[in-house]
Amino acid sequence: MKCLVLVEHDGKTVRDATLSAVTAASKLGQVDLLVAGEGVGPVAEAAAKIAGAGTVYVADDAAYAHQLAENIAPLAVELMGEHDAFVCPATTNGKNIAPRVAALLDVMQVSDVLSIEGPDTFTRPIYAGNAIATVKTSDPKLVLTVRGTAFEKAAAEGGSGQVQPAQSTGDKGLSRFENAEIAQNARPELTSAKIIVSGGRALQNSENFHSLIEPLADKLGAAVGASRAAVDAGYVPNDYQVGQTGKIVAPDVYIAVGISGAIQHLAGMKDSKIIVAINKDADAPIFQVADIGLVGDLFKVVPELTEKL
Amino acid sequence: MKALVPVKRVLDYNVKPRIKADGTGVDLSNVKMSMNPFDEIAVEEAIRLKEKGVVTEIVAVSIGEAKAQETLRTALAMGADRAILVTAEGTVEPLAVAKILKGIVAEESPELVILGKQAIDDDNNQTGQMLAGLLGWAQGTFASKVEAADGEVRVTREVDGGLETDLLKLPAIITTDLRLNEPRYASLPNIMKAKSKPLANKTPADYGVDTAPRISIVKVTEPSKRQAGSKVADVDELVTKLAALGIAKS
Repeated sequence: MKCLVLVEHDGKTVRDATLSAVTAASKLGQVDLLVAGEGVGPVAEAAAKIAGAGTVYVADDAAYAHQLAENIAPLAVELMGEHDAFVCPATTNGKNIAPRVAALLDVMQVSDVLSIEGPDTFTRPIYAGNAIATVKTSDPKLVLTVRGTAFEKAAAEGGSGQVQPAQSTGDKGLSRFENAEIAQNARPELTSAKIIVSGGRALQNSENFHSLIEPLADKLGAAVGASRAAVDAGYVPNDYQVGQTGKIVAPDVYIAVGISGAIQHLAGMKDSKIIVAINKDADAPIFQVADIGLVGDLFKVVPELTEKL
Repeated sequence: MKALVPVKRVLDYNVKPRIKADGTGVDLSNVKMSMNPFDEIAVEEAIRLKEKGVVTEIVAVSIGEAKAQETLRTALAMGADRAILVTAEGTVEPLAVAKILKGIVAEESPELVILGKQAIDDDNNQTGQMLAGLLGWAQGTFASKVEAADGEVRVTREVDGGLETDLLKLPAIITTDLRLNEPRYASLPNIMKAKSKPLANKTPADYGVDTAPRISIVKVTEPSKRQAGSKVADVDELVTKLAALGIAKS
């Protein structure tokens, strides 16, 4: 089977989510890569070095600069003439583009793939991860989005892919990028961090979140996350949200501070290797999944922990 | 302009799904069903756009079993003007839903279709993008802000790194994220009024769409459970445990 993996990048480097998608695709067959963007020569070079990379198609055009689905989907459809599977990381970018490609190919997409059981059979979460469905598709081609935390990352070095230009399908003139407020963050990125410190509504306000959670995270070199409740209450921006509708994470250590453990939150972090919970309510559901629990007042415990670490 | 708002009847978000003993799916008999929460946000956004004078008419659509009529009545009670029920048995996959919606768009000529970004049962997150692809329209997915802007619509989207704002040419597709708005509750008088609002009955065949699933469910199982660990007495013990994991100095 010939797979085409959409390379997720920031215009300069390949994002880690791509590496998990490559691993998933390699279980199906040959792995070709698609790099779409403007001035993405360095990204293509990096993509060619990913272990297992075959042909790296590079579509370099201003129309692709902001990954607009309206422009990238026709490009992917064009390349799918010679491929059997289109594989995207299940990031907001992949989720935006893949279904548009699937519809244009008249294929029913398999979303959020957790494992590959065969050439047409996959597992995926439904009901916010409360159930796992094994599904089998009858479509002649595959369109998949794959969950990054469910697949090991392919090695970023050691491959010898062949970079090949792809004909631009141009600007469809349907949408324009206006601006982005992308958080400038010195901390590690949530989805690839080894340690995450997350805060919940018990922090009560934005000031407490910053003065308690961030110093602890910085002491550990950790990324900072939050529950939906904390984001909805405005303590931190949306990109901090860990959970079914936010980011799915699986770090080595996940420290949940003042998070009760709603099912939607657990769906986003329960694959973490070690879960540490700090909560004053001994009956909070978070303790049912935590490896290490500390019942206590976070306003006392967190500063003490930060100091003693 | 006219807005089309598809809504789906799903297991209520407060109900914990029970997997059927034979592993064929989630048991939906005798459980509370409600409008998909993201679709409620879509209905609310259409109503707000109508209150601002941007939208003139709101048509709610549901595709599913006959009981989806209740979901449409909820949309009408919130403030939609009329409804279309496309009755179909069994699972109708996003691709088939998008094809039916394309047929409805051809009849109704809306300038905006506002959908929830995903349904909380199948968690597919596909229908809006598929419909946009089939129609060749612009798509503003995961919207946290929507503004009319001189023949275009400005959509701020929740993306992994933060927020992104795009300008979409009309007609366009919008899918809603959690923070777009807080849906209103229908008042009792509006619930009564909704009973007499027009509701048209259709079938997938009316739009020439075959709803036979492309994907079959082999089995549905419980996710692997985590075992609860132990509690520590104080911060010192926690620090010791963390140190044993190699992530802290003790």
